[in-house]
Amino acid sequence: MEQTKLVEVQHLQQFFPVSGGSFAERRVVKAVDDVSFFINKGETLGLVGESGCGKTTLGRTLLRLYEPTDGKIFYGGKDITHVNMLPYRRKMQIVFQDPYASLDPRMTVGDIVGEAIDIHHLAKSAQERQDRIIELLSLVGLNSEHANRYPHEFSGGQRQRVGIARALAVNPEFIVCDEPISALDVSIQAQVVNMFEDLQEQLGLTYLFIAHNLSVVKHISNRIGVMYLGKLVELADSYELTFHSVHPYTRSLISAIPIADPKVNRAAHRIVLQGDVPSPVNPPSGCRFRTRCPYADACCAESEPEWKEVSPGHYAACHHLDRVR
Amino acid sequence: MNTTGSNAATGAAQNVHNPDYLVDIQHERLSFFTPAGEVKALNDVSLYVRPGEVLGIVGESGSGKSVTAYSIMGLTAYPGRLIGGDVWFNGHYINTMTEKQMRRIRGNEVSIIFQDPMTSLNPVYTIGDQIREVILLHTDKTKQQANDRARELLSLVGINEPDKRLRQYPHELSGGMRQRVMIAIALACEPKLLIADEPTTALDVTIQAQILNLMMDLKKKLGMAIILITHDLGVVAGTCDRIAVMYAGKVVESGPTDDIFYHPAHEYTKGLLRSIPNLNEQEHKRLIPIEGSPVDMLNPPAGCPFAPRCRSCMKICLNRPPEYTHLTDAHFSACWLLDKAKFEAQGEEKI
Repeated sequence: MEQTKLVEVQHLQQFFPVSGGSFAERRVVKAVDDVSFFINKGETLGLVGESGCGKTTLGRTLLRLYEPTDGKIFYGGKDITHVNMLPYRRKMQIVFQDPYASLDPRMTVGDIVGEAIDIHHLAKSAQERQDRIIELLSLVGLNSEHANRYPHEFSGGQRQRVGIARALAVNPEFIVCDEPISALDVSIQAQVVNMFEDLQEQLGLTYLFIAHNLSVVKHISNRIGVMYLGKLVELADSYELTFHSVHPYTRSLISAIPIADPKVNRAAHRIVLQGDVPSPVNPPSGCRFRTRCPYADACCAESEPEWKEVSPGHYAACHHLDRVR
Repeated sequence: MNTTGSNAATGAAQNVHNPDYLVDIQHERLSFFTPAGEVKALNDVSLYVRPGEVLGIVGESGSGKSVTAYSIMGLTAYPGRLIGGDVWFNGHYINTMTEKQMRRIRGNEVSIIFQDPMTSLNPVYTIGDQIREVILLHTDKTKQQANDRARELLSLVGINEPDKRLRQYPHELSGGMRQRVMIAIALACEPKLLIADEPTTALDVTIQAQILNLMMDLKKKLGMAIILITHDLGVVAGTCDRIAVMYAGKVVESGPTDDIFYHPAHEYTKGLLRSIPNLNEQEHKRLIPIEGSPVDMLNPPAGCPFAPRCRSCMKICLNRPPEYTHLTDAHFSACWLLDKAKFEAQGEEKI
């Protein structure tokens, strides 16, 4: 199968200034620091990591919702790092985490979905606009009478469907899904996950799926990237990553996930990491994981590990890959 | 705060207390009287906890898991009211206890840790102040002794440099560290029961593993019972002896952990287990979701609360709430399907 890169980032950096502190030294949070990867057309790339690791920032910088500090973003082979984004907004969309905060409470669902149609002049008449809204709502499992209601009349799962319908309004090719199911009840999560899969098949969408729940990410993604303190530490096919991870952080992350099976859980050998994630304002020198890594030595403090391909399509950044294996 | 109920007025329990149980809740009904109408948050809830055991309560938001646990501490927020049933804890009949009597128990015989450790610690007092407060309130210790005990507690929950930490404020600590402090405060008087309300939901996976390990270690050391409230089936699988599954203000199924996971009896439990992806799966299997939305608690269905979302719903399910069927001594479930053979003989059909 011929695979074409739809989205690519090279050495992407996103620093934010930290307010306060002495004015002599302007400190920055390195939210995303030198990250490179690509997403093929029609695939889902999952992005996992703990809170504050920069996965949401990465997703937003990719869409140029933040202006990147450095690095390059390509879409369909074209460099979009410094271009006018309006034409690309029709192709790249986002679904947000919190379905309560991301919908305007004073707009009807029809207007929320219709706003994107208006901005991009996608409907020639009011009737066409209305038809399109109803088509979009039915695509996400809602019906036409929902168009006249307000967000507060909906449950969390339904609101997330509205958020997805809004993203789909412009017929995008690529959607950043930023923790789209974390705010939903367990029994509703599966409905939304299945819907993402169905929509991808029907519309040929490409996803960047950001979440902290590795079980869900593995379920929906073709490949997974793992982030730690602004860095990508490992990237591989989702099964390869789950069963044959090589980075010590990925390994401990996987072993820390409680499995909903008591016997497996009792038999599981847990690598419990000590300590907390260091502050991204003042990250450790060299490898950023070294303060919690069981393999860390002097070499890890001195130099940053290189981003290497350890087997075809499987990348990792660690000085001690041979020892970890 | 209001713990008086209908039987509280007469002062007599309607059910018989089993003295072997540390927590014994029987047929508890609790409603919130809101301007929009009566929300039946707990609709005939019965459960028990033996001394030293870990009970997991699972269910989605609004199913009543926190309300149940809080009522053991007499913490029912206005406009909620206990309107029926009996609650016993450690020999105390909670229904008729006054606020003053409750205060002697809270933090002493039963304590609680919450989901968000930032909002449950007071930002303007040091960690030391907050731990010492509990000790001074419930024991005769002097300030110096309380301070020693606070230091000892911090070491117990795995916080290093306890002397430095005692002088710090909550904002100076990380989320995982704050949750450890909460646990230290909760354990200050060696309670018989620790209620953990989503203790790791706000934490990252690697920190969650640390906190769960710590809780299980402390349970072994101190011999207390734990009620662990969570929506994460993975968390209960690894930690609990028994599980109660709640849905729309009812315990729909309860039993030993292995029974719940390997022989689930209620359609809701089965649905939950089917709908979560398994990390160890070797190939992609489509998830089987529970269709529909959670129950509107202002207008709950007349029969089984799960009937509108149930794949195997029968006529009777819509009309009559199911009674408990015991599958084993400890494992029971409220589902008409368990009596299906009987109904089929009577000509009931699946809808």
